[in-house]
Amino acid sequence: MGEDTDTRKINHSFLRDHSYVTEADIISTVEFNHTGELLATGDKGGRVVIFQREPESKNAPHSQGEYDVYSTFQSHEPEFDYLKSLEIEEKINKIKWLPQQNAAHSLLSTNDKTIKLWKITERDKRPEGYNLKDEEGKLKDLSTVTSLQVPVLKPMDLMVEVSPRRIFANGHTYHINSISVNSDCETYMSADDLRINLWHLAITDRSFNIVDIKPANMEDLTEVITASEFHPHHCNLFVYSSSKGSLRLCDMRAAALCDKHSKLFEEPEDPSNRSFFSEIISSVSDVKFSHSGRYMLTRDYLTVKVWDLNMEARPIETYQVHDYLRSKLCSLYESDCIFDKFECAWNGSDSVIMTGAYNNFFRMFDRNTKRDVTLEASRESSKPRAVLKPRRVCVGGKRRRDDISVDSLDFTKKILHTAWHPAENIIAIAATNNLYIFQDKVNSDMH
Amino acid sequence: MFARGLKRKYGDQEEGVEGFGTVPSYSLQRQSLLDMSLVKLQLCHMLVEPNLCRSVLIANTVRQIQEEMSRDGVWHGMAPQNVERAPIDRLVSTEILCRTARAADEEHPTPELEDGPLQSSASELPIVSPAQGQRSPPSSLWELDNPQENRGSFQKSLDQIFETLENKSPSSVEELFSDVDSSYYDLDTVLTGMMGGTKPSLCSGLESFAAAAPPPSSTCKSDLAELDHVVEILVET
Repeated sequence: MGEDTDTRKINHSFLRDHSYVTEADIISTVEFNHTGELLATGDKGGRVVIFQREPESKNAPHSQGEYDVYSTFQSHEPEFDYLKSLEIEEKINKIKWLPQQNAAHSLLSTNDKTIKLWKITERDKRPEGYNLKDEEGKLKDLSTVTSLQVPVLKPMDLMVEVSPRRIFANGHTYHINSISVNSDCETYMSADDLRINLWHLAITDRSFNIVDIKPANMEDLTEVITASEFHPHHCNLFVYSSSKGSLRLCDMRAAALCDKHSKLFEEPEDPSNRSFFSEIISSVSDVKFSHSGRYMLTRDYLTVKVWDLNMEARPIETYQVHDYLRSKLCSLYESDCIFDKFECAWNGSDSVIMTGAYNNFFRMFDRNTKRDVTLEASRESSKPRAVLKPRRVCVGGKRRRDDISVDSLDFTKKILHTAWHPAENIIAIAATNNLYIFQDKVNSDMH
Repeated sequence: MFARGLKRKYGDQEEGVEGFGTVPSYSLQRQSLLDMSLVKLQLCHMLVEPNLCRSVLIANTVRQIQEEMSRDGVWHGMAPQNVERAPIDRLVSTEILCRTARAADEEHPTPELEDGPLQSSASELPIVSPAQGQRSPPSSLWELDNPQENRGSFQKSLDQIFETLENKSPSSVEELFSDVDSSYYDLDTVLTGMMGGTKPSLCSGLESFAAAAPPPSSTCKSDLAELDHVVEILVET
């Protein structure tokens, strides 16, 4: 297991104080592709960096299966909306890989307004022996050409080329918060605060609006869409979550406009915990279908919940991520931390769920054993290839030696974005501008 | 953290000076939360579109507080006769608001109007249902509280904020609030400061905000429509 070896980060670190973070380098999304061979990250500066897993080799056993930089490109640039006199941020909100259909890899990346389809191809051969051009590409003096030759493909150093194949623009008035590729591999959806659009991957000048919760009078607005995802197997089903903590499962076969949900998943409020902050902390920041398609995972401010698609009344499992923050909600509201949007992730076998927290901590919950662990992603606390030490936050009472007290948590160090390899126990954790990749060497297979 | 020897009795504390060693009343905490929320709604980054989700959540919180205040009878439906500037020290520092329950227990728990919920979590503001507990505070408390709040114009302010969030144009935001009594907001300064790219700190924003509400204006809506028309012409849509 090792840390990110991105050269961009190395270049900055010797010029600046280590505690200074270049804002553009803040990682804003992390996503494995369907095989786990590639890992894409997007950052606030609009760049995408793709890492590739090195094939395991017996010659260098210590470097087997590690991720190295494969390609870096600028996906989005800052734009200016002249009509509204507002900047459109280039920050990459989400990246989603398309299932691989040929030698090339494709991914969708989006900022607040525009989605782009990028094609990533490798070139490891080049033709040599042209008749009309010489090796540098200059036109030959025709008098020197005495015979015809057929150009031959010769091997060359691997070159990774990235090109934008589609640009899906002008589909959204509000900020895009999610994109999701359909299992039909032909369509995908993009969701903003109030609407969800369905696109065909090959058509950029048209999209279909499938959900619209914008009220006729904006003054009546009380709820927004926070996340959405297609069902992994049923191409007609998708779910979207709201700022009021509800999930709506919609069936596209029912109607063209899916404003009426097929199922509404909502947990009744706990009256004993009621406060002015109840609604804010119930807002769902992320929703993910399990690989099996049977369950959904949601993250709100203090918990992660597992929902069974067959039961709308309440989640089947609830896990406390950092309940010790419940008494601090007011200061977290003041500092705006209460609005932080944490993501969540399933492991490949849907037996373990993971989410981030503050102080560069992240949490994992084993659904079968009901055990959970808190780990830390930071250079200071772990050397490369060392085993991560479980951390504990103490809330008063007995304090063990390495415990951190709630009051000394660093709320600027938040782990919002995490990803789990689709098949193996490899996780990618984005801690501000650093990417950590952790591997479980002992138990690489799912159980 | 707090100076010793400066403990005040419950009655003194209501003058709004940063309490030393006493728990602020629920209504004071609630008012402080309301003020903080309004500041958050208005002090958004003007260069980049404000986050709609965050704004909606804060606005909902403001509405909840408003509703509870109406139920309590604190919210007066009348237009303010005279909009006077409340003393700045009525705005309790949010530090008090966010004091932990443990700190509150260490001090003498003051004979509070609404007891149970408040003492259990002083830093949170539990919504106490009107049926619970006596809400008949001494008259001095409510005098010091917010007599000029006007629910109608408050709602209007909220609505204006949403409209500006939707159709943002710096000049129209200023004009929207041009009829607002400047003793309520020092918005012109605040907005101009934002336009120039500087963001006034929360503390300075709080200090310039008085607790009075702007007088309601029935012509505001028609002004808005006219303004939209003007803006449309300007941008040639």
